Amino acid sequence: MKRMLLALAALAAAVPALASAAVTVKGSDTMVILAQRWAEDYMNRNPGKKVQVTGGGSGTGIAALINGTTEIANASREMKADEKAKIRERYSVLPTEIPVAQDGVALYVNESNPISQLTVDQLHQIYVGDLTNWKQVGGPDQRIVLYSRENSSGTYVFFKEHVLKGDDYAPAAQTLPGTAAVVNAVAKEKGGIGYGGAAYAKGVKELKVVGKDGQAYAPSAENVKSGKYPLARPLFMYTRAKPAGEAKAFIDYCLSPEGQQLVTKVGYFPIK
Amino acid sequence: MAESASVPAIAPLRRGEDRPLPSIRRRQLREAAIRGVITLIALTGIAAVVLIFVFVAREALPLLTDPEVRGEASFGKLFLPQVLRPNRPPGFMWQPVSGVPKYSMIPLFVGTLKVTAVSMLVSVPVGIAAALFASEFAPPRLREVLKPVIELLAGIPSVVLGFFALMVMATWLQSAFGFSFRLNAVVAGLGLALTVIPVIFTVSEDALQAVPRAYREASLALGATRWETAFRVVLPAAAPGVLAGVVLGFGRSIGETMIVLMASGNAAITSWSLGDSVRTLPATIAAEMGEVVFGGAHYSVLFFIGVELFLFTFVLNALAAGFVKRLVRRMSGGKA
Repeated sequence: MKRMLLALAALAAAVPALASAAVTVKGSDTMVILAQRWAEDYMNRNPGKKVQVTGGGSGTGIAALINGTTEIANASREMKADEKAKIRERYSVLPTEIPVAQDGVALYVNESNPISQLTVDQLHQIYVGDLTNWKQVGGPDQRIVLYSRENSSGTYVFFKEHVLKGDDYAPAAQTLPGTAAVVNAVAKEKGGIGYGGAAYAKGVKELKVVGKDGQAYAPSAENVKSGKYPLARPLFMYTRAKPAGEAKAFIDYCLSPEGQQLVTKVGYFPIK
Repeated sequence: MAESASVPAIAPLRRGEDRPLPSIRRRQLREAAIRGVITLIALTGIAAVVLIFVFVAREALPLLTDPEVRGEASFGKLFLPQVLRPNRPPGFMWQPVSGVPKYSMIPLFVGTLKVTAVSMLVSVPVGIAAALFASEFAPPRLREVLKPVIELLAGIPSVVLGFFALMVMATWLQSAFGFSFRLNAVVAGLGLALTVIPVIFTVSEDALQAVPRAYREASLALGATRWETAFRVVLPAAAPGVLAGVVLGFGRSIGETMIVLMASGNAAITSWSLGDSVRTLPATIAAEMGEVVFGGAHYSVLFFIGVELFLFTFVLNALAAGFVKRLVRRMSGGKA
């Protein structure tokens, strides 16, 4: 009887321990597919461990990290200074930034579009609304229909900083809730142009972008890794303090050769 | 037999005369308790509305009180044209995530107005005509099928309708009308109409059914045709109910989020062309609330949009209620 009680007590103590063993990962929609693959593979290799992955956008993930509702935040952009300050204010530690993969922001156009390359400057003019017809960049006489992402997206911010140089998107840019929605829209719209992760481009044409050396580069693995493709960006995981325990084990796995192999499979580019 | 039965019946009556109160008092108490509970439930509903409004308004309050928020989003910046780029005429722009955030309400107003107008232009005639047909002209067997089927339309989740509008209707309409934007005010408005029609239909049909039979008989007896009876007699008699349906439909239309979020393209363009993409007030809240900095200017502006939506429906409901009152007075007494 006594032994049974003891066993029960041990079980009762173990249940919350098991429940708290789940590592929560939240953030960038760009990284959701990748993070989910990682989590599945990690849980297969380590039975009994749990990793929960949700999306919502880089801003959402970082907000959750600040509010303490997630342990790891995925972000497709660097943390802003005021976000870092908030973490220091609340937890008196500086957040740790861990680059886990590389991504090229690809530009999609409809497959019927004869244009195959653009310069960053042309992209700038197209997206602020100065160029409104494809014939102005050497294409057919067709109106350019702009697709953009919602402003909670890390890709939105990245594109705004690196292509628009901080200028505003043209009001005519349609904002869609996710890269898949952008790809889908461009696939159906002859004059459409959109941007998003290179992993998503199915049914649309990816544009080459002219780099600093005057040559056009496709968002391919080598061009992104070598930095020749002008619109490449690192993907990050953020933790509040130095990662420890379960979170550290998961991040270590992501950076391991097995984890980085999955990065390639999903369509991004390994960091190592 | 009858006498022996009446004896025990008298006894409790006498006892009742001695102490007449217990059973009556118990009933009164029960009545009071029931009345209390019902009043409480009704008050909970009212309290919920008031508290929601107070909460939403309180979150929007920094627009008036907080100097930092006011600097970023003053009422001038919300409603008046601003210089957006050097050497260009001033204009309206909604771009809250930016080096200099821009919070112009005008493109959102215009967008909401366009989508709501399209959806009401379609759903008011269709909804009322369908109700008139179902109530006055349809054979009973057909009506038994028609009514539940149209009401089923109201039960389809709006995400599904939005998906349908996004994937199917947008393509049809673009190939039919040659819109330069695949997703635009017409697609979103027609998608919305699918949810508004059943609202107007159901309420109007009930109102038409409630018109006394004698009206129709009198009209037909005076030599009016069935069409004249339906259009000139029954419809005016049911006007208050029909109007209530239209107001409910309008409320649904202006506040509906999912369909508009999916099918409108969400581009904050200030133009009156129905072929342009639009961004509406509720879709803006839904798309941006997830990520805003808590307590910042963007946050307050989104809550301010909530206040505006609340006020729109409130004012419209009040106007409609006043109009119905006048209508009823004119039709029942002719005092006007």
